[in-house]
Amino acid sequence: MQAAATASAGLESVRAEFPILAREIEGQPIAYLDSAATSQKPESVIEAISSYYRNSNANVHRSMHQLAAEAEELYEHGRSRVAALVGADPGEIVFVRNATEAINLVRFTWAREHLGPGDVVLITAMEHHSNVVPWQLACEAAGARLEYVEIDARGRLDLSDLDARLAGGVKLLALTHVSNVLGTINPVAEVSERAHAAGAAVLIDGAQAVPQLPVDVRATGADFYAFTGHKMYGPTGIGMLWARRALLEEMPPFLGGGSMIKAVADDHSTWAAPPAKFEAGTPAIAEAAGLAAAVDFMTGIGMETLRAHEQELTAYALERISAMPGVTVYGPMVAAERGALVSFTVEGIHPHDLAEICNRAGVAIRAGHHCAQPLMRRLGVPATARASFGVYNTPTEVDRLTDALEGAQRVFGV
Amino acid sequence: MDPLYREYILDHYKNPRNFGELPEPDAEFEDRNPLCGDEMGVQIKLDGDRIEDVRFHGQGCAISQATASIISDELKGKTVAEVAALGRGFIAEEIGIELSPTRLKCGLLSLKVVQGALLGTDEWPSGTPDEDPDAAEVAKLRNEI
Repeated sequence: MQAAATASAGLESVRAEFPILAREIEGQPIAYLDSAATSQKPESVIEAISSYYRNSNANVHRSMHQLAAEAEELYEHGRSRVAALVGADPGEIVFVRNATEAINLVRFTWAREHLGPGDVVLITAMEHHSNVVPWQLACEAAGARLEYVEIDARGRLDLSDLDARLAGGVKLLALTHVSNVLGTINPVAEVSERAHAAGAAVLIDGAQAVPQLPVDVRATGADFYAFTGHKMYGPTGIGMLWARRALLEEMPPFLGGGSMIKAVADDHSTWAAPPAKFEAGTPAIAEAAGLAAAVDFMTGIGMETLRAHEQELTAYALERISAMPGVTVYGPMVAAERGALVSFTVEGIHPHDLAEICNRAGVAIRAGHHCAQPLMRRLGVPATARASFGVYNTPTEVDRLTDALEGAQRVFGV
Repeated sequence: MDPLYREYILDHYKNPRNFGELPEPDAEFEDRNPLCGDEMGVQIKLDGDRIEDVRFHGQGCAISQATASIISDELKGKTVAEVAALGRGFIAEEIGIELSPTRLKCGLLSLKVVQGALLGTDEWPSGTPDEDPDAAEVAKLRNEI
């Protein structure tokens, strides 16, 4: 089958902006189909980080000299750019290390004050461990109970199960915006509305959503929205927690140290205003500079255009992969209902062996439990293979994937 | 011909020898490779300090499952002390290929659970590279790419 002609073929020029895509793996150009794990970085992001260290390196917040002023400007510009991307005020964006830390920040601040014995934290069957384990620990500490909203056979949230569980004293609903395994795009605005009506706060894990969908954090209805730089064409080491201003005001501090204080007496301290209240110690300044470049890269393409390209690619991958004999595809079968990834298993071949054989063809896919063991149990598989797409991927790379999968089937004689 | 996925390996993967359960085993152990989720358990019947019979069970990639099958007959008749001395070299010899760092633990998991059952250890077999990466490899990544 020929690669589908793509209306967004103009985006192929985007590939040239990613130096790593010129690499060869096993003698072939890399087909990087693992962007859900981390995206590749455009030259502009790499340059912004390098330029900060070459030209403007200094610590933020605590000096009057020229370099310190530049560092401060770059750092805060990162905050305002990422805020603009998701429709937030810069003062509502807290920089952390990653989405996991953003969720843990809520666990150690808001949840400590609001969770008590008998309370319920509701998550879903499709959460990443980063939105499971913190709540297991929080519930254990508070004597609260953790419950799961189940999913239907095509990996969509069971909204009647949601309603039934919301009736039982739920303090917090924590759910992913887009599943990193199923691809499912959850109807977060509708879910938030139901949760709020039941008196629950809402935390959304947007690690997979922000890189590929136009996201307006207010429109999601969330109280907390966690996401990360490295999946959105930016650097590792910087993540974001958005929370409504009033919540940030009332929450106690997270980590104690420099930069998060107003004044330090011998035996107690008072806190800086948010977001500084939650940013103890020297922050990820170079990463914030890189993040601003990543946001510029995304908005330069336009999130609608980016989404259209990836949705088209996902539709093509769904069509090609699900047509293969012996292949099971997980999640919604309609590309409009899912993010830019396809998880699948091939009868008779373990996903790790699939990934190894794909690598020999220069095709990088992920295999494993994808940090979603509760979901794997519900799917009844120990692991899946996953191909995930970024703005730089092409239909030809999908063809290379299916060719490699057919090669694996020949090797295994299945 | 793929050097890793040869007929020999695939045959043991598809038709594993000595897989299943033993009634009243003298020793048993199970473990998983947390990175990739391969699962492996072993049950052992001893005659004195010699392995009389062995059965594996588990699920995972072709390498982990085939290696268990391949070493299973080799283990019978070995003493506990002999099993303790086995390491990476034994596995390479048995499966006929030196595994890459990313797949080494797949190949060593079956030996690890056998040593766990007989020696009460939770350590990886000797020859398993530790977490400290090879300095020359790192230098290559930093300078040459």
